[in-house]
Amino acid sequence: MPRTQLEELQLKRLQDRLRAVYENVPLYREKFDAAGFDPDSLVTLEDLARVPFTVKDDMRSAYPYGMFAAPLRDIVRVHSSSGTTGQITVVGYTAGDIDRWADLMARTFASAGASADDVMQVTYGYGLFTGGLGAHYGSERLGALTIPVSGGNTKRQVQILKDFGVTVLACTPSYAVLIGETAKEMGIDPRDLPLRIGVFGAEPWSENMRRQIEDLLGITAIDIYGLSEIMGPGVASECVHQNGLHVFEDHFLIEILDPETLEAVPDGEYGEVVFTTLTKEGIPVIRYRTRDISRIIPGSCACGRTFRRMERITGRTDDMLIIRGVNVFPSQIEQVLAGVPGVARHYQLVLTKKGALDHVEVQVEVAPDFQFDEVRELERLQRKVKGDIESALAVSINVKLVEPKSIARSEGKAKRVLDLRNEQGGA
Amino acid sequence: MIQQLSVFLENSAGRLSELTRALGDAGINMHALMVADTEQFGVVRIITDSPHKAKEILDALAFSAKLTPVVAVEVPQRPGGLADVLEALGRSGINIEYAYCFVEPTGDAAVDVFKIDAPNAEDVLRAAGFRVLEESDLYAPDTA
Repeated sequence: MPRTQLEELQLKRLQDRLRAVYENVPLYREKFDAAGFDPDSLVTLEDLARVPFTVKDDMRSAYPYGMFAAPLRDIVRVHSSSGTTGQITVVGYTAGDIDRWADLMARTFASAGASADDVMQVTYGYGLFTGGLGAHYGSERLGALTIPVSGGNTKRQVQILKDFGVTVLACTPSYAVLIGETAKEMGIDPRDLPLRIGVFGAEPWSENMRRQIEDLLGITAIDIYGLSEIMGPGVASECVHQNGLHVFEDHFLIEILDPETLEAVPDGEYGEVVFTTLTKEGIPVIRYRTRDISRIIPGSCACGRTFRRMERITGRTDDMLIIRGVNVFPSQIEQVLAGVPGVARHYQLVLTKKGALDHVEVQVEVAPDFQFDEVRELERLQRKVKGDIESALAVSINVKLVEPKSIARSEGKAKRVLDLRNEQGGA
Repeated sequence: MIQQLSVFLENSAGRLSELTRALGDAGINMHALMVADTEQFGVVRIITDSPHKAKEILDALAFSAKLTPVVAVEVPQRPGGLADVLEALGRSGINIEYAYCFVEPTGDAAVDVFKIDAPNAEDVLRAAGFRVLEESDLYAPDTA
């Protein structure tokens, strides 16, 4: 779709949504009135800058149904966010929303190179989490043979992968690693399986980790993006060129803002990702501050799609750690580890205070195939990891080498940071 | 060459005791145990009477164990015994990565264990008149 035509469509849909929330959601009416914003005054897409933001706390305080713009009799399903950082937030879908969501997830899988000829194992959790059912309906809409395994029981996942001739795996990237490692322990080389595509989302991962997964499983690994507040998976997806996630701009407006000033940053610069839904009826969301950090990748994609691309999520404003005054994203550590032979990608960051000073210990697993009989080699490895992380983060740290497979594996989102700085009682 | 059991351990309280208890419970006897430690971690080197079985047991208990081939030489229990061995290796330009000794309670000879990265080390030692131990001298080879 040409950009001008897309922007016309976006404007019309945006005006429509703004009126809908103003009329049906008291929270939006109050916000708009307080900011002196009249929905009818929005005549260009640039006017969006005058519209108040929606934040996570708005969604929380509206628990459970306060954000719904459609009557409950028109809502056919609810999902919720994981609630790991507090009160869960509830999101509702009309039949039309579910239909569009299935289309968008089918589009996601098609962008990843999947088709009706594929056999897809959906290993995202089924239930209130949006991942499982979101992927499930999309896979069926695509016409793929869909296997609704949900998460957990990794050996069974491997068995199904093998026995059912699965060609597409949809799960979190860290779980893909666990599946691959488990397969090897079971004496199955995942590279020998017919599996050809992985569709991975729900947590940030790095380019290095992509290469590791592709090598481990013998597949093309595709990054997808979504969040329950906006819809679930299916907000943006990489195409087979693996060069940024095409944002499905006919349904979602993306803005990248400086998290301090909340002003738009130019394409190519990093900032907080802000989304506005253009077609959702159950819960339209206006200018939602995601806390995710990314940027718009300038230029066009070789695939020919005109939707702009956002870079993979490089961190979150609320995951961002401030260590001795330096901004640190745990994903930077993962990036470093993926580049050091002899260590596993699994790590844990333990933050404590020594006196007034932050103390950082990065626990890193020695790779099972490392020849650890050589103490000097281990010490060299430790120095290398320490040096590489320090130069990436610009913070001095300690590295503790730990036994292979001793750091807990996750079946969902990996928990990487143990911040004990506030639990030690004073400086 | 004999098989030495090498176990990578985090430096945390009780870990070495868990390791030795696991071997004890399995009825595995140790001839020698040496810990190479740093502030952060340790490598435990063990000569046992059934290294492959020991590794299997440790693998199952999520220990990180490997078998490392090492050279074991019998040396008479007298002053200068070890020095003679080292000189023989030194003359052939063979470098030793690490070494330790143990004495079997019944024997009158000591056993010197060397980690050597030179394929001809055993031949050099035999040529110099030393008795190089085979696996069968220490344990019934128990290929896993």
